[in-house]
Amino acid sequence: MTIYGEIHRSTYYDSVALMLAQREARDLPGVEEVGVVMATDANKEILRAGGLEFPGLEGARADDLAIVARAATEAGAQAATAFAVQALTRRRVSATGDAYRPKTVSSAARALPEATIALISVPGRFAHSVAREALDAGLHVLLFSDNVPIEHEIALKAQSREQGLLMMGPDCGTAIIGGAALGFANRVRAGRIGLVGAAGTGLQEVTSLIHRLGGGITHAIGTGGRDLSSAVGGVTMLAGLRALDLDPGTDVIVLVSKPPAPEVAGGILAAAAVCSKPVVAAFVGATVEPAGAVQGAATLEEAACRAVQLARGTEASLPPSRSLPEGEARRLSAEQRYLRGLYSGGTLCYEALVLLRPYLGAVYSNSPADPAEALEPVTRSREHTVIDMGGDEFTQGRLHPMLDPTLRLARLRQEAADPETAIVLLDVVLGYAAHPDPAGALAPVVREVREQASREGRHLAVVGSVCGTDDDPQGAGAQRAALVEAGVLVEESNAQAVRLARLITEARGAQKARPSQKIVAASAAAPAWPEIGPISALLGRRPAVINVGLELFAESLQAQGVPVVSVDWQPPAGGKQHLLDLLDKLEG
Amino acid sequence: MGVGRALDLIPGMAPDLILHAGPPITWERMSGPLRGAIIGGLILEGRADTEAEAVALVERGEVRFEPCHHHAAVGPMAGVTTASMPVYIIENRAGGNRAYSNFNEGYGKVLRYGAYSEEVLARLRWINGVLAPAVGEALQRAGGLDVKALIAQQLTMGDEGHNRNRAGSATFGRLLAPHLARVGLAPETLEQVLRYFADNDLAVLNPVMAACKATMDAAHGIAGSTVVTCMARNGTDFGIRVSGLGDRWFTAPAAVPVGLYFPGFSSADANPDIGDSTITETAGIGAFAMAAAPAIVKFVGGTPAEAAAATLEMYEITVGENPAFGLPPLDFRGTPTGIDIRKVVRTGITPRINTGIAHRMPGVGQVGAGLVRPPMACFEQALEAMAEMAK
Repeated sequence: MTIYGEIHRSTYYDSVALMLAQREARDLPGVEEVGVVMATDANKEILRAGGLEFPGLEGARADDLAIVARAATEAGAQAATAFAVQALTRRRVSATGDAYRPKTVSSAARALPEATIALISVPGRFAHSVAREALDAGLHVLLFSDNVPIEHEIALKAQSREQGLLMMGPDCGTAIIGGAALGFANRVRAGRIGLVGAAGTGLQEVTSLIHRLGGGITHAIGTGGRDLSSAVGGVTMLAGLRALDLDPGTDVIVLVSKPPAPEVAGGILAAAAVCSKPVVAAFVGATVEPAGAVQGAATLEEAACRAVQLARGTEASLPPSRSLPEGEARRLSAEQRYLRGLYSGGTLCYEALVLLRPYLGAVYSNSPADPAEALEPVTRSREHTVIDMGGDEFTQGRLHPMLDPTLRLARLRQEAADPETAIVLLDVVLGYAAHPDPAGALAPVVREVREQASREGRHLAVVGSVCGTDDDPQGAGAQRAALVEAGVLVEESNAQAVRLARLITEARGAQKARPSQKIVAASAAAPAWPEIGPISALLGRRPAVINVGLELFAESLQAQGVPVVSVDWQPPAGGKQHLLDLLDKLEG
Repeated sequence: MGVGRALDLIPGMAPDLILHAGPPITWERMSGPLRGAIIGGLILEGRADTEAEAVALVERGEVRFEPCHHHAAVGPMAGVTTASMPVYIIENRAGGNRAYSNFNEGYGKVLRYGAYSEEVLARLRWINGVLAPAVGEALQRAGGLDVKALIAQQLTMGDEGHNRNRAGSATFGRLLAPHLARVGLAPETLEQVLRYFADNDLAVLNPVMAACKATMDAAHGIAGSTVVTCMARNGTDFGIRVSGLGDRWFTAPAAVPVGLYFPGFSSADANPDIGDSTITETAGIGAFAMAAAPAIVKFVGGTPAEAAAATLEMYEITVGENPAFGLPPLDFRGTPTGIDIRKVVRTGITPRINTGIAHRMPGVGQVGAGLVRPPMACFEQALEAMAEMAK
């Protein structure tokens, strides 16, 4: 094995571009390992730890690009680095031959005057100024970036409310506006149901299920995971609720979230109660007291069914489970007692937790419903464990599991080899910007681990669901078929998959604890409605988008025929913090 | 617009003073072409007969050096302006301020590139004795010329006003020709003067630079303003001045331009960036108006689309667009004008500059032309100074 590395001075790429290039180069024959990273101290340490140290690495700086490969031959390693460079510099060639790529939101807005939304996915510490520039330019914002300080979120949302603009995020992964899927979203039928969600895969699950039930949606507005916290106060959800209540295309409104801060939930529910349209509130893990226009839904599936029912006036439900839990349970050995959930979708994971805990007692997780059930270390499961593989612990320096299944597959092998594991619970999330064939990546490993278990005299139950539609680029039907073929018990929704897994576990004689669920109710007074004129205008037509950050999102919008201009974004002031501080000071 | 003698017109000009391009610099740190031009200037002024005498004069401390920019003047490349040289007078009618520049010598072995052979000096003497008085009288007869209108025209005719001035020089000559015919020159002399405009594509560069200088001086000294009012190079350092930061220079080592070289030369021969002609970019033409000049994009290695891209990029770091200077390929959008140090530092985009390339040895002259960018450090230092002032 030989190692070959290069430093490219003062060359920035975003982390996803780097990781995609790394993955592609790693797949070359004869190549063992590849590193394509910005040469920050942390990344240099990762390279050293991975045995990828090379001359020149030590002197590289945080704004230098480091590319290194370990391969069977020197030529192979060099070829892999060259390939990575090529993967990074590959650019879409636009048909117009227009060589210029705008460097700021304001010049992009000039290049695409009809733009209404800025889709921003730059690193969190730079997100505030980019989002502010977009709001200043009169654009609605979908801020995908995470790790944005909460005071920045509060300031951005205050500005958006002032201007009547929609500020989705930070940490907002999913939205569908005027038929355009932004970020990670599914291709769903147009219809009469509008959604506001603080939960990305929650929105994906509900919109996909609405589509599967024959319904359709107007808009799905994302708010970001912290919108319903006390500090932020539900600014975006309230604006979204108001906009959908006034939207002539929307007949039914669905709210989706993990349990909000009680006082924020109270205000939102009080506002929803006086809406002119029925509102289905699915606060996963909390029971919503009905009031006025509001009715609660215990699961994402139930929210979808109720919404379709309200929109059409006829009963809507998914076909019942065909698997027999007792039959599966009988095939398990005495040792096999525990359920292990390996999720790629954060909200789907959370839904699994809250649906399981009343029946199974403690469910350990890296995003636990109760701090007492925190999984330590996250690398080793304990009794019943449900893991969000998209959690920060797993995505440092790696792509999200919705994009790269490698880590989840490794964990699947690990869980399957544990003689205490009875059931593995999985999700498969489809849609724009997701992995092109997640079931295709999972299926062979599922088959392999089930065969391995059977050679060792165990039966391994694998239960899962596919979040997505037949219209998605991956095709939900084909994805389901591939999983079934590999021996996965594929259910119609995450809630049903969780239910089946739970029934199997119970049939094995699991303990039955029944902790009470949180109850949220409308407060006495509703907050004042914000002005939302520009949001109504946004929802009234198909959007045009300015993309800042991940090129993946611009490509997905282009594939949908949505006008999009990409900003050729670089970290401001070359990422030099003291200059950024001076700029912030001078620009007040 | 008129013509006069440097000593009579340029504020603070003196017989022992030599003005040069760029930020202040000592003889010890001067590059080859700047030293060569100073030697030539001293010989032209009759203060020395040989290179050795000129150097001795300097080393005895009998010559003072100051930037053109300290005296409302600008000069291309070495920018050497001596007391007896004729200069264009450009008046900013709105602001009432004036700016000055020497006459352009044309191509080949010329003083501004550091050449000072007898041939070079003979040409300068002809400019001083024949060309400048004739042009001055013609301008007087014409009642002056509107340089702003001339720049606007040349931008629509394929020039960017810095590296390419073919249309502008032709227009300049055309406007002067009928008046030159009446200033009483012998036919042979008139022919020489008209040939100067016919052969020298750079004839208009110097008055255009002075016009840009007059414009930017009017923008200088506004409290709190982060607009760059001067970018200039002396062949060793690149320097900028900022409106709200008084007369301080913010300097860093000048880079060697990237470009095309005349046959027999390469980047190994090139001197670091030199000249006050970056005043054109500072005022929003030159490389900032690159979209107007597709014919010269080869210097920046590109296509017409890339010429447009060069201008589009400059909008990212400027505060305004000059409605008087419309760019045909951009649907007459005004040129990007008023570089903001905050935008430069935030975006990491440094101004683009089109430039000639001088040989690093004195006496050789021009070896190519190309593209250069100022060092980011100039802008970072200025930003720090601005933040310090805002405290």
